[in-house]
Amino acid sequence: MGRFEFYGQGLPAVDTHDLKGTLVVVEGADGVGRSTHIGLLKEWLESRGHAVLDTGMTRSALAGKGLKAAKEGHTLGALTMSLFYATDFADRLENEMIPALRAGFIVLTDRYIYSLMARATIRGADPQWVKGVYEFALKPDIVVYLRATVDELTTRVVQTSGFNYWESGMDLRLGDDMFDSFTAYQGRLLNVFDTMTREYEFHVVDSSASIQNVSEQIKSLLEPLLITV
Amino acid sequence: MRAYGKDRFPGRLFIVEGIDGSGKSTQLALLQKWLESEGYGTFFSEWNSSALVRDVTRRGKKKHMLTPMTFSLIHATDFADRTEQHIIPPLKAGALVLADRYVYTAFARDVARGVDRAWVRNLYRFAVKPTIAFYFRISVDEAMKRIVGGRDAISYYEAGMDRQLSGDVEESFRLFQGAIIDEYDRMVNEFGLVVIDANCSIEAQQVQMRQIVTKALTGARKNRIRRWVDLNSMVRASRP
Repeated sequence: MGRFEFYGQGLPAVDTHDLKGTLVVVEGADGVGRSTHIGLLKEWLESRGHAVLDTGMTRSALAGKGLKAAKEGHTLGALTMSLFYATDFADRLENEMIPALRAGFIVLTDRYIYSLMARATIRGADPQWVKGVYEFALKPDIVVYLRATVDELTTRVVQTSGFNYWESGMDLRLGDDMFDSFTAYQGRLLNVFDTMTREYEFHVVDSSASIQNVSEQIKSLLEPLLITV
Repeated sequence: MRAYGKDRFPGRLFIVEGIDGSGKSTQLALLQKWLESEGYGTFFSEWNSSALVRDVTRRGKKKHMLTPMTFSLIHATDFADRTEQHIIPPLKAGALVLADRYVYTAFARDVARGVDRAWVRNLYRFAVKPTIAFYFRISVDEAMKRIVGGRDAISYYEAGMDRQLSGDVEESFRLFQGAIIDEYDRMVNEFGLVVIDANCSIEAQQVQMRQIVTKALTGARKNRIRRWVDLNSMVRASRP
């Protein structure tokens, strides 16, 4: 019996008993600073002698491009989008994360099944169905949840990338414009994440502190998981 | 979210299932011709045809990138797109939707590849339950005789070559399709599939299909668009 378990039935023909690495998930809303912190963590871990693989949504060799192309059009339905993301995730899990864990890497993943489940649920999918679909996922060692209020998110998004169609949940028609839609959509996501925080034991880090401070908090959460020689 | 068996649409959904070489597509095409001649509006949809997803599947298959799990998920994605775009809207409009392969194809193939039976049934829970699901039953040997082009026409995944059951394409096809037939047989009772003996003549199978479909057409709309050609005006226009 290895350290890793699946949420449910797991993946066919995939043996988990020889997985040695550490699976670290960074979750959080759009614009909360996940990629900044993953970059900092990677630097820190590598400087301490750990091999790191970082991965994130729509980066799969199989479905990444197709999914991005589908999001550019105007025919992508909610259910199709959910399953497209599930395919992208499965491809990365089987072909990137699991091989890296087998080789003893620390895998840093920018979002995991939680974001995907939250988005699908908000778009009307039955939560039990969504949970069932993602039963093939590995349980991570830790989920760091960078939490921000909707106000904080709005302030950041305006000053960085600006509002975008999907991050504002425009497909759900929640408001007259991107601002209204963004606040309503992100508010709903936040509620789902708060519920999941309890269910999946997220480690919540308040992202309103300075980058330095947030980074230190994340490092101290990871410290006990690291192999010391 | 919709759930299998919970939808009520004015249209009807007729689907065909069976392994390659069972003759299901031929039978469905004949059924469509007949329904149209009877004045019904039909809409045809086939497995693996979503414009959004097709390229990903094709590339994944060509480069042998697919695992049992991603094979299952990419086909479910394709099917979700077709359900959202090509199955539910025509059914709401009262059309007769004809589907070549349906969720049972996934249940049979994915389980034959080692995917959990209950998991894949949950995955497709959003599917509309067909009015009638026909299963064309045939032996692997008979199906192989019918596959035009012989062994070159057998694809890598259709032969289950990814399962490494055998290094020989034909032998692998035999084993893998045999496992698929076992899954289909198990589904006959589970989902009430209507079994058609695919060894009978094409004509006899079609008669049987039409009899069964007729019973399900009570109250269905006849809304085929007829484009009349006014011969007299064509004659007048062609005069010098």
